[in-house]
Amino acid sequence: MKLPTATDVLVIGAGPAGLAAATELAGHCQVLVIDREGAAGGIPRHCGHYPFGMREFRRLMKGPDYARALVARAEAAGVSIALRVNAVALHAGPSVSVTSDEGMTRINARRVVLATGVRETSRAQRLIGGTKPGGVLSTGALQGMVYLEGMRPFRRPVILGTELVSFSAIMTCASAGIRPVAMIEPEAGPTARWPSSLYPRLRGIPVHYSTRLTAIEGTDHVIAVAIDGPGGSRRIATDGVIVSGRFRPEATLLAAGGPVERDPHTGGPRIDAAGRCSDPDFHAAGNMLHPVETAGWCWAEGRAVGRAVLAGLKGDLRGPSHPVSLASDALSWVVPQFTGEGGAFDRLQLRVNRPVQGRLAVRVEGREVWSRRIHSRPERRIVVPMPRAGGPATIVLEEA
Amino acid sequence: MPAEALPGRFDVAIIGAGVVGCAIARRLALAGARVAVIEKALDILDGASKGNSAILHTGFDAPPDSLELACIRAGYEEYLSIHARLGLPLERCGALVIAWNEEQEAALPALMENAIRNGVIGIEPLDQAALRKAEPEVGAGARAAFRVAGESLIDPWSAPFAYLLQAVENGAMLLRGAEVTAASRDGDWRLETTRGEVRAGLVINAAGNFGDSVDEILLGRRDFTIRPRKGQFVVYDKPAAALVRHILLPVPTAVTKGVVVCRTAFGNLLVGPTAEDQEDRQQAALDPEQLKALIRRGEQIVPALKGQEVTAIYAGLRPATERKEYRIRAHAGQACITVGGIRSTGLSAALGIAAHVEQLAELAISPLEEPVWPSVGNISEFQPRDWQAAGHGGIVCHCELVTRREIMRALEGPLAARSLAGLKRRTRVTMGRCQGFYCSAELSRLTEGHFEQPMAEKVR
Repeated sequence: MKLPTATDVLVIGAGPAGLAAATELAGHCQVLVIDREGAAGGIPRHCGHYPFGMREFRRLMKGPDYARALVARAEAAGVSIALRVNAVALHAGPSVSVTSDEGMTRINARRVVLATGVRETSRAQRLIGGTKPGGVLSTGALQGMVYLEGMRPFRRPVILGTELVSFSAIMTCASAGIRPVAMIEPEAGPTARWPSSLYPRLRGIPVHYSTRLTAIEGTDHVIAVAIDGPGGSRRIATDGVIVSGRFRPEATLLAAGGPVERDPHTGGPRIDAAGRCSDPDFHAAGNMLHPVETAGWCWAEGRAVGRAVLAGLKGDLRGPSHPVSLASDALSWVVPQFTGEGGAFDRLQLRVNRPVQGRLAVRVEGREVWSRRIHSRPERRIVVPMPRAGGPATIVLEEA
Repeated sequence: MPAEALPGRFDVAIIGAGVVGCAIARRLALAGARVAVIEKALDILDGASKGNSAILHTGFDAPPDSLELACIRAGYEEYLSIHARLGLPLERCGALVIAWNEEQEAALPALMENAIRNGVIGIEPLDQAALRKAEPEVGAGARAAFRVAGESLIDPWSAPFAYLLQAVENGAMLLRGAEVTAASRDGDWRLETTRGEVRAGLVINAAGNFGDSVDEILLGRRDFTIRPRKGQFVVYDKPAAALVRHILLPVPTAVTKGVVVCRTAFGNLLVGPTAEDQEDRQQAALDPEQLKALIRRGEQIVPALKGQEVTAIYAGLRPATERKEYRIRAHAGQACITVGGIRSTGLSAALGIAAHVEQLAELAISPLEEPVWPSVGNISEFQPRDWQAAGHGGIVCHCELVTRREIMRALEGPLAARSLAGLKRRTRVTMGRCQGFYCSAELSRLTEGHFEQPMAEKVR
């Protein structure tokens, strides 16, 4: 397909959030979704396991089936999807520079929706020591190899992390005849909630809590890892390392000097309650806003942002609202970063950066408008009702 | 890999396909010699040459009147004269040598004098205000500096790759995965390798971190002992590259050039290296504590680095010996030249070392009349990239914008990549911020059948 030079709405990213926004807009205006991969559907394409689709299709689906269903629904609604197209720069206007087999081109739009998703934190970013042999992968890379390419990069890896995605890595391994030999978690307990945290025990995989992965060994391929935990330092023979979780936004397009500003806490774009970025011609939805949420959550958010885009095109969106700030160093981020009514977001979402217990409160202009006791860990969803009262809001955590 | 001894007799066998071996191969092939390059690793540039700071030095701080200085100066000049023809980049951004305390500030005039004595032009002192104007992001502790206008950034992998490619296109042969295990001489050298015998008139030992042990095999003795010096580096993501313009150098000590902050040819920002002596010649292990110290040092030099994302970490081994100087020697009557102890200046000096070795070799040959000049595909940010031109087949590595066409090209030809590490060095694939999260799966399919050690095995 020859890329158009203009469209009403350009959506970057054909994952659940981008497809949902596009589907919501189709029929009302011209919508083009671009994706840099060879197939649409986003990360669920390579999550060959349950549970997907309850929210969207009212049935339990595996990731690839769910991804296909999202694509089919979008196309049936009239959405155009262009694949193997990489967005390389955003411009005020708005317009987006892209490269594809056709070379470099620019697409002008009335609105742009950013839905570029997340990636896991790499071994390099975690400063894990040792050598750099082959066989050290993120869960995303492993799932792509197993589910998309039918390949197996190792047979007896260790898994670093105990997030939901870490347990999903166990399922991926099982489907390819890979038997993890250990899970390693720096914290004292699992990050993911019961019952998924029971899963390794069912599979007979020992989980080492309060344990650090200190070094990776091997020249061409991993041969062992060194760990340091309550039982002291030891070595585990293994042929691979799955470095799982600690998601971060894929927000390369938010380059300094560009039209869309980054929120220093999430690493993704800073948005208002309508999902509008610092340049209001750009909206954002999905996991690039909040590392990380389920596909269903991103889909619902994409729909809501799609509706807000439409309202904006009709001139029905309200102006700027009040900022939300975090008043505790244990709170790592909040999305959206502004309050507001009648937009795409009717709740604030936040995360903590360490295990916490205490009282979470929202204050508007010094007055407490909401509070709740929480007991949470990093990577777990915390949801707060959108403050209605006018004025800047502050979120406070009083630890017990 | 099957044994496949290289056929016939070679004028010269070069042991080691690092930057020095590649440059010598090019020089001698252009001079008309029949050249064999023997590399024990599965791919070229797999030892000391895989992890350096990617700077083309002018030699401003080299010891005066040394062979090292002569080789750096000659290497620098030759790179300038050939890079465009080979398609290689050059970012002549200049360096600032920065003093962070009184003692260092007092040392600057002598360093500038040394630079001028070394024949380096474009030396200019900068007081604190001028320094701040030249590099607004530099830390508050910076007192004064001098500029070395000629210090440049280059692509550390494409340069040696181009040298060897030109050698091969002009008749040289490359034997990879071939470790020299024994050697004898009966008029000609007979080198036993793990992939068969190679016969040659002259042997050049460019074995880097194994230079001394290869000398033992060839000559039954060693003139020096390698004590590798490990250098760890932190690579920051692209946005950090906007923070500096020059190469920021510290005042060097007797042991090391110290921690450098500079942009890279691939659009990132580099901080490193450390200087740690070790016994192990093979493994350069990353050490989180040293990396954290390096990050802290980087944040002193450029405070705005705080909060910038790290893209990659790596460690290299420089082949240091018990002495600082190069250990280049033609062994009289033994048809053997040792090119050893090429520490951190190898990338800058390689072409000059090659010219020096050609003189030592005294080969009775005549230069090629019409040598082939291949051009390598540009992977640096200093020239147009493949993704900007039509017909690239789509992007495979999204972080580094590596195209399908680039990958398929790197898997073909006489210097086809034989390992993921080799493919990275030819294309930048998986080297970006996601470190393979997005592209490893497709890459494992695209590279199927090309690597000695596949990225993954086929299960269905």
